[in-house]
Order: sequence, then structure tokens, then C-alpha cells
Amino acid sequence: MTASRTLTFQIFRHNPRDPGSEPGVRDYQVEETPGMTLFIALTRIREEIDPGLSFDFVCRAGVCGSCAMLINGRPGLACRSLTKDLPAVIRLLPLPGFELIADLSVNTGKWMRAMSERLQTWVHTASEVNPNEIEVGMDPDLAEAVYELDRCIECGCCVAACGTALMRPDFVGAVGLNKLARFRLDPRDDRGDAEYYQLIGDDSGIFGCMSLLGCQDVCPKELSLQTQIAFMRRAMARQGL
Amino acid sequence: MKIIHSDVLVVGGGLAGQRVALAVKRRGLEPSILSLVPAKRSHSVAAQGGMQASLANCFKGEGDNEDVHFEDTVRGSDWGCDQRVARMFAHIAPKAIRELAAWGVAWNRVRGGDHEVVINGQRLTLTERADAHGLITARDFGGTRKWRTCYTSDGTGHAMLYTLSDQVIAASIPVHERQEALALIHDGYRCHGAVVRDLITGELSAHLARATVVASGGYGRIYGISTNALINEGMGAALALETGVARLGNMEAVQFHPTAIVPTGILVTEGCRGDGGVLRDVDGHRFMPDYEPEKKDLASRDVVSRRMAEHMRAGKGVASAYGEHLWLDITQLGAAHIDKNLREVKDICRYFLGIDPARDFIPVRPTQHYSMGGIRTDYRGESQWLTGLFSCGEAACWDLHGFNRLGGNSVAETVVAGMLVGEYVADFCESGLGEQEISTALAREFVERERHSLESLVTRPGRENAVELRRRMERIMTDKVGLFRNGPDLDSAVAELAELLARSGDVGVNGNSGGSLGANPELVLAYRLPRMLKVALTVAMGARDRTESRGAHFREDHPARNDRDWLNRTLACWREGDTLPTLEYEELDVPTMELPPGFRGYGAKNIIDHPDTAPRQAEVDEMRAAKLDRYAAQSYLMSFKQFLPLKYRGRNERLDEPLP
Repeated sequence: MTASRTLTFQIFRHNPRDPGSEPGVRDYQVEETPGMTLFIALTRIREEIDPGLSFDFVCRAGVCGSCAMLINGRPGLACRSLTKDLPAVIRLLPLPGFELIADLSVNTGKWMRAMSERLQTWVHTASEVNPNEIEVGMDPDLAEAVYELDRCIECGCCVAACGTALMRPDFVGAVGLNKLARFRLDPRDDRGDAEYYQLIGDDSGIFGCMSLLGCQDVCPKELSLQTQIAFMRRAMARQGL
Repeated sequence: MKIIHSDVLVVGGGLAGQRVALAVKRRGLEPSILSLVPAKRSHSVAAQGGMQASLANCFKGEGDNEDVHFEDTVRGSDWGCDQRVARMFAHIAPKAIRELAAWGVAWNRVRGGDHEVVINGQRLTLTERADAHGLITARDFGGTRKWRTCYTSDGTGHAMLYTLSDQVIAASIPVHERQEALALIHDGYRCHGAVVRDLITGELSAHLARATVVASGGYGRIYGISTNALINEGMGAALALETGVARLGNMEAVQFHPTAIVPTGILVTEGCRGDGGVLRDVDGHRFMPDYEPEKKDLASRDVVSRRMAEHMRAGKGVASAYGEHLWLDITQLGAAHIDKNLREVKDICRYFLGIDPARDFIPVRPTQHYSMGGIRTDYRGESQWLTGLFSCGEAACWDLHGFNRLGGNSVAETVVAGMLVGEYVADFCESGLGEQEISTALAREFVERERHSLESLVTRPGRENAVELRRRMERIMTDKVGLFRNGPDLDSAVAELAELLARSGDVGVNGNSGGSLGANPELVLAYRLPRMLKVALTVAMGARDRTESRGAHFREDHPARNDRDWLNRTLACWREGDTLPTLEYEELDVPTMELPPGFRGYGAKNIIDHPDTAPRQAEVDEMRAAKLDRYAAQSYLMSFKQFLPLKYRGRNERLDEPLP
């Protein structure tokens, strides 16, 4: 590590529920330390400079999806972003596309629950399990492939990076399309393409995607969103014929 | 005053809370869930390595069953657990995992035929039987005699939580996200719900319910460095404590995980060692076999953590800017294995350490990880002192883990306890006791009390700095109530924490937040701090007064496990107006134990026996000599099935154990 830098954080401040609050960007100066992440820096700002600063960290380990924000214009997980990979001036804005709670805190949870309700993101099965009996077998490779798509952490980065989502607030986003791709792959889900078509066979679903694929670029879990969207579009187009 | 009614109020949206909600919903009741964060962001999501259930599908799991799982769990607890609860748990775990499999968890599966593994530093070939192909597989974990830990790569908690959360959404169960319970509403005998604060708007409301279930996780964040999520601040324990009547159990039982990375304290799973990784010191020497020749790197967590600390004290630690550490070496497992089965570990190493674990050693040291203690309940999950208050998961002490939890038993406990406690809660609601008779005046009194206390926080001058007091508390807990404990340090910890608690009454909220009662992190810290300090005091006092060593509680000045005087459970309550908690003890009953106290097999035997142990052991030995079938023998020694809900009494099928 070379001589330590003084970092300037330009952070969006606003509480929409406070009538006296004016949206704006405030500057904070922080001395960089080795291994510093945005979680460490923001915590220090709150503890030492501005105790009212709102942001969301839960796991601080890159697995819970709470802390997505715009980091110098790019959606990403703040907890695992190291300051050493960023310039000395770091601009932090709340994730666009979601309801603002305050400052850097946005309501991704509400958006994701609504998406799950709308797309029915659970295994649909008519059979009731008898938990005393040996489980139904599953091909080991298929189980791994399902898990691969199951790794989404609903952080909202793909929605924030999506051109369609900007124009169509009802667009289900790569997160939604990937989820249905996951259930479509899962033999435990009884639904067929006709049912999936009912859920995403329009411009708020698979046909809204303009293939800009910002989602794929920013996904912190490096999910194969491009491939999943392409497969889904082909399957749904076939249904629509 | 806003009042929200439901049948069952669940405080906490992790695995345990959501599974309880689902259980009562299926019984025709209306649950509602409170969660500090969106439910899928709960700390359950961070569980990596897996869930224990004795399916016996994989080659190294053959011969496994409830009996083996039960015994491993009791030994792991250093005989501190409730053996009836451990029995119920071992019986339900296979059902829980099979239910989750049907709901969509993509458990890793057995691949029939040959595959390579690393065991004790050696590359070996195992052959999986053909009829197990496609069934749920398992990996090795510490303190277990069979490979029993089922997994989805190293994102097991994530897969379980998402599946369960989606089931909750499918069942249309309301989850009130970003809502915090500030106090339980009760009359000293019966719990009626909670005062709830909306973390977005600051609005207070009364949530009234026939039954209230606290499933809010552990209290790891009273320590300075912890693997826990930031939200695990022990607020569930504090809710119970502040009733003045409910008791907390074994709060001094705090687990330190051997392998959290340095300096951030982020966990890397025990699966690293389960899959063949080893610990190394500053010389690159694999030291665990020197201390524990039999179990080596896969001794129980409390043992490995202490051995690591001991080895660092002997000058074998690796110096770093963040203090000493040791190395976790998984390079031998190879990139292909890591990419598939330890990918979160790989991500953590890449993003937080800038290293590739397929080539580089991982810097680790023991770090606070799990709270064995919690709200004391009976085997049904209900507080024995406050009717209608239930608890389950890490928040509770029903008491599955005693003084040390086995890896893989925590996520297993969340879903098993959720299934069981959910049924008992539904039974309670359907019984006469479950009728709701509460005056709105009582609810108003509790809401007004909280309102008054929040308003006084934002209006008084406040001479104390909450951040400073909190840092001090974290430091005391880490330095004086840690892995190794002793009388003088614990005395001073209690005295200092008590002083901090007094000072915390003079914290004000007057920073740049402008004293807002709405979304305001400064206010949140100010009201949580005294609650955290109270919880910390129950831990420190419990540790100070327990003058023996058991499981994770290790006293350098009292190194023996003393069954004669301390085979008991610590109970802590906080009477209104007191400045310290009151401790009392609940004896464990040796003559009814299926597995009488014995030696765990680590280090030198250092146990002061309980007088009932030898006679009970003789009875058990006589019974074993009769060679009954395992179900009959078990039932004779400690029958437990009558305590289970009817629907869960059936036997578990295995490849070699067909259903009758």
C-alpha cells in the first residue's frame, strides 16, 4: 500500500418523509485504510461525522443483497467494493428504480416481494410430500444447474442497470426472468411453458427486454442472465405462435 | 393508536420464524411476521456449509441414523443440552430436509460410482452405491461420526431461505419488513403481542396476537468482531429480558468459529475442513494432529478454536497488521472442487482478501459465531414464565446445543424447531389458554411508554456518545468474555458493563439527524444500546459465576468440567428496577438421560463426575447388553415420541431401513 489517500465521498442525502429535507449531495472526507471497503468507510462516516446517514448493510459479506447502490455511476454491492479499486473521489447514489427510504437506503424488499407474487416464484406441485419417505431422486448435474440459477440475491443491480426498467416500471427485470428460468429447469415444478407465457409473455416480461444486457454486466453473482433471457425468449416466442 | 391483530405474531423473518409462520398458517391460523430487513436478507442466508440430517445416502454416511446424530449432538453440547429436545430434533431433521427438497431446495446429490475425495491430507477414491444415485448427499463436518451435512454448494442457507420465503409468499403470509419490536405487551403472566416501530416512518403500533414467537436470531454483535450479520444484536433476548419475568438460558454459552477471515471476521465454512482442508501455522506446519490425534482438524468447534488460540500463544501465529492469525489451507482440494462446492469461499477470498484459495492460504482466526444461549423455553418452545411467549431458532434456548453447537446443526435446528414449535403454537392457540383477552388500555400503556422513551431520547441534551459506549462494550466482551475466561477479568467485565449501562441512560440523539423520530440510525443505536448492554451483562455474569469449563465456556481458573456442581442450566432474569440481572440454575436430571455424562475424547480427561452418572451408566449398559432393536432400546431408555405432534411421529425411511 502506498501513502494513504484522503477520500472524498459525495453522498446523496434526502429523506422524502421529512418535509424539511432538500435532496442534495454532501461531501465527506475520510482517510483511507488498508483493506477498506465502502461498508467500512460509510460506517466510519456515520460514527464520526454524520450519525443520521442512512444506508443498508446486513451481512457485509456479499451474500444478502442489501447494500446495492450506484458507485461512481455503476450499480454494485457496497460491502465488497474495496476503496483501493476506486478513485479518490467516490460518488454514492441510491439505487435507481426503487422507492427511496432515505439517503442510500432504498426499498428493494418491497419490489422483490411484489415481483415474486406476480411471477409466482415457487415450485408449483400438486403432490403433497410424505417426509418420512426417501426423497425423490434428482440428477446430480441438474441439481447443480438449478442451484446455479438459484444463486440470485435479489440485490436489484440488474434492475438499476436495465434500460427497459427505466421506461417501464412494470418490467419484471432480469431478476424475475432468471427466476422463472430457474423454475422452468426444475423438474419439481409442474408448470409448463403455457403457464410461464401467461406470466411473462408480454412487454412487461420477456418481450420487454431490449437486449442491452446491462444486467449481465453488473450482476454481482455473475449469473448467466444473457443466456437465460435468450432461452426464455425463444421458449415464449414458440408459445406465442 | 394503530392496532394490528393476528393469531400469531412472529418476530423475525429468518428460517425459524418463516417456518413457524408456515406451520400455523397450515393449521388455519393467521400469522404475521415482523422483520428488521427484507426477509430474504435475514442472517440465515449466510449459512454456508450445510444442514445435518441422518439420511445415510452417501458412502461415508452409511449406517447413520437418529441415534448417531443424537449422540453426536449430546457429546458436542458437552452434556449441557436437553436430551429430549436433541432426540426430537434428530428424529425430525430428515423430515425437514425432505420437505425442503420437495419445495425446491437444490440439494447436492449422490453420484453413483467412483469419485475422489481428500481425507486427512490423502487423496482417496470412494465408491457410491448405485441405488443412492440422485439422492441427497452429505459432506463431513466437525464432531460427527458420519458424513451427515447436506448442502447446496456452500450457499445452503441461501437456498433454504429463498425456498422457504417463497413458500411464505405463496401462502400469502404478510411480512412486515423494516419493522422492529421494541417491547412485549404483557401483564406479568400472559404475553399479548408487541409494540412495533416502523423503521422507515418511525410510526409506533401495537401488534396483538394470541401467541408471540420470538425468532430473531442471536446476540453475536455484542462482540467487537463477529461472523454475524450486523442485525444480530440480541434484541430478541432483550425483549424477553425486559419483561422482568421471562428467563434467558445459558447466555454465557457463546461459540467461536475457528475459521473467520482476518480482519473482517467474515466466515469461511467448516465445509473447507470437512472437504479436506487443514489448518497450518506460521511454519506451514499442520498442527491440529499434534493436539487432537484422532479428530485433528475436524474436532468440535470449541476444541479447534481453543487449540488455535493455544498454538498462537505458543508463538506459532502469523503476525499481521491486524494481529496474529493462522492459515486455512484448501489448496489440495483443487480449483475444480472449489469452483463447484466452495464458491462463496472463493468469492469471499477474492473480494475481501484479493487471493485465490486454490493457490493461496486463507488467513483465519477464531471469531464469535453463534449464541447457544437465548430465551429459555420448554420443549414446545414456550417460556415457562410468560404464557403465550414462544421462541425458536438461535434466539431460543429450548436447549438443543448446550454449551457447544455442532456445525450443520444450526440451520437444521431452525427448520426443525419451526416445524415443531409451529404445531405447539397452533395447539396453544386452539386451546383455552390461547384465547385472546386483552384490554386496549394495556396495549396503549405499553405503546405510550415506548413513545415517551423515544421522545425523551431526542429531546434531552445527552452527554454520552452511543458509538463510544458501544465500542467499549464490544471491547470488554472480546477481551474479557471471550474464548479463554478467568475470574478477575469477568469480575471487571461485569463491573464495567454495569457502569456502561448506567451511562447509556444519558445518551442523547442530537447529531446531524436533527432529532428526527423517523428513519434515523442515530436514534436506533441510542435505544438499542442499553438493551444490548443488558444482554451483555447476562453473558458476562453467567460466565463469571459458572466456575467450571464446559463446551465453549472455558475458565482457565476452573479447567475441569464439573458435573457434580454445574450440570445445570443458567437462567437469567432482569427484575424491574434492578441494575443487574438475577441468576438462578436449573438442574439437569442424570437418571433420565439416554446418554449419561461421559468423556468427549478431546485432550486429557478432566471431569468431576456427578454422583448419579455411574448408576445411570450401569442401567444403560445393562439395557444395551440386552440387544433389543434400536427403536425398542431407545424408547426404553428415554421415550420421547409422545411429545411429538402426531403427524411427525413416523419413522424415517432409509435405503437400508425400509418403512415397516
